[in-house]
Amino acid sequence: MTREIAIEMSGLTKQYGEKTAVDHLDLTIFSGEIFGLLGPNGAGKTTTTLMLTGLTEPTEGTALIGGLDCVRDTMRVKKTVGYMPDNVGFYGDMTGRENLKFTAALNGLDEKTAERRIDDLLLRTGLAEAGDKRVGTYSRGMRQRLGVADVLMKDPQVIIMDEPTLGIDPEGMRELLILIRDLAKKENRTILISSHQLYQIQQICDRVGLFVSGRLVACGTVEELAEQTREDSRFLTEVCAKPSDDRLTELFRTLDGVYSVGREGNRYMIGSEQDISNALASLVINNGYSLVSLRPCGNSLDEIYRRYFEKAGHEDGSSSGKVKRFISRNR
Amino acid sequence: MVAAVEKLKGLFPGTAERGKKREKNVGLWALFHKEMSDHIRSRRLQLLLILVAAACFASLYGALGSISDAAADNDFVFLKLFITSGSSIPSFVSFIAMLGPFVGLALGFDAINSEQNGGTLNRLLAQPIYRDSVINGKFMAGAAIIFIMVFAMGGLAAAVGLLAIGIPPSLEEVGRILVFLLFTGVYICFWLALSILFSVLCRHAATSALAVIACWLFFTIFLSLLAGIVASAMFPVDGIQGLLNLMDNYRCELYLNRLSPYYLYAEAVTTILNPGVRTIGLVTNAQLEGAIAGYLPFGQSLLLVWPHLTGMCAMTLAAFVLSYLKFMRQEVRSS
Repeated sequence: MTREIAIEMSGLTKQYGEKTAVDHLDLTIFSGEIFGLLGPNGAGKTTTTLMLTGLTEPTEGTALIGGLDCVRDTMRVKKTVGYMPDNVGFYGDMTGRENLKFTAALNGLDEKTAERRIDDLLLRTGLAEAGDKRVGTYSRGMRQRLGVADVLMKDPQVIIMDEPTLGIDPEGMRELLILIRDLAKKENRTILISSHQLYQIQQICDRVGLFVSGRLVACGTVEELAEQTREDSRFLTEVCAKPSDDRLTELFRTLDGVYSVGREGNRYMIGSEQDISNALASLVINNGYSLVSLRPCGNSLDEIYRRYFEKAGHEDGSSSGKVKRFISRNR
Repeated sequence: MVAAVEKLKGLFPGTAERGKKREKNVGLWALFHKEMSDHIRSRRLQLLLILVAAACFASLYGALGSISDAAADNDFVFLKLFITSGSSIPSFVSFIAMLGPFVGLALGFDAINSEQNGGTLNRLLAQPIYRDSVINGKFMAGAAIIFIMVFAMGGLAAAVGLLAIGIPPSLEEVGRILVFLLFTGVYICFWLALSILFSVLCRHAATSALAVIACWLFFTIFLSLLAGIVASAMFPVDGIQGLLNLMDNYRCELYLNRLSPYYLYAEAVTTILNPGVRTIGLVTNAQLEGAIAGYLPFGQSLLLVWPHLTGMCAMTLAAFVLSYLKFMRQEVRSS
């Protein structure tokens, strides 16, 4: 299946003096895709987004959005790309509606279209009532939602969001994620999200890229990444059972392929060579315990992320070739 | 005329097209509008207007009290309104010279850094606008507000004066007042440009405000003291040698003083509003011998202050260009 390419970066590099913020980044994002750019603070995520929107010039390399060069064709790129910066700010003494109206004016929309779109977007982001209040009185979550409305004012084909989920309560987060998902799936917009909140990203992203000190160390779907990191680490399963006692620990130990059992209250962590969830479950039940929960660890993005960082940190110290293998394979 | 323009357009089709494209620079106008409405609605500007208006009326009141003495031997009664000081109240002109910088400062000291700190700058720049539209729009809106304010204030003062003294101004007086208002506008614009420069340089609004206030104090108070000290050090006026140095000393002090926009403005405005001022440099007795006492025509007064206007415009532009360059090269990152 050939898909249309929305964003293409090749050899993208940004240096601030001596420090290299982004180091030869090669990445292709297809249209209609939600791509998550993950990494710790200072990994170069924001710099990448700034280069894509033409707000910072790359030291080297090119970035194309919809076939347009982000450096040379900044104006045309900015017409089709919506950018929501982290900590998105609005003019506090203007109402939400006025702020959006200003954005519409900057984009050269005529008044009628702007009015219609503002009403539509305020409704969609759940700000219909708050739209006429001053932004200074908004809560953080409302401001974030206004940020989404602001981005959508110009009806962009590509949306770049920098830490959109930061500081929002769970309910607001859920709504925001649904909204983002709809934007990509129902309206076929391409979305690039940079974040370090892995759990949320895992829920909505089609593909993710892990970013460590300016380099993309891994890229693919969450499942792919889990598969890749698993091969050099064992399976780990968390079992909660009642009542919990040391006899269960011993029973776990007797199972085939188990080589470590740890206990913490009624939680047992079982390390094994293969996936033995079924065997664990039947063991618990057959011996008269009641199974409270059974969860394979290591498939969540958190785990993958942690493992990559352990390796990245390891690579800095010694010259283990593993990460390099990962990198070369995933480019 | 129209036909000629059309013909010219026909000669350079490329240029005409580019002109049309430039019309589409909607970002600048949107920003200009927004800044204007921000200024007009801001409490800061309202406070300033009240302050300036109060100062103006106080000075007019003082001038009206003592105008009968001043007008006894003078043809330009109306102009006297602006330059006469009351018993303890400074004149209109000196009030403006003192308060003008405050207006410029209040309009510009947080122009760029508040956008940066509020996180609105990168959102703004991600819209399809040119980057310089932001700073151009801010300066243009500030300048527009300043000129509107200055001319409104001048008109108001003139109206009150007219009601009070009942002598209509002559055409020449009207011209002189208009030129005075133009000078005032440019003078305040200089302070606007300076405060925008500091708002680009300093991250915090308070720092940039303090920096502009420091500049204002330096130019209005300390530079004149400093000029005197430097001039006396370079050309001492003690003893016999002093007689020879007298002229150089005075000239040196004058030139140093003229570095200050405050001094330039005060000198220019006094010359324009007082036709009795015939020269602004050093004049020897020998040069004055045989001169007939009289008023300087309007054109000649203008000629005297032309360099001042050029100097003030150049200072304004220099401050603005510096802030423009700095702003264009600045990293957008707020952290």
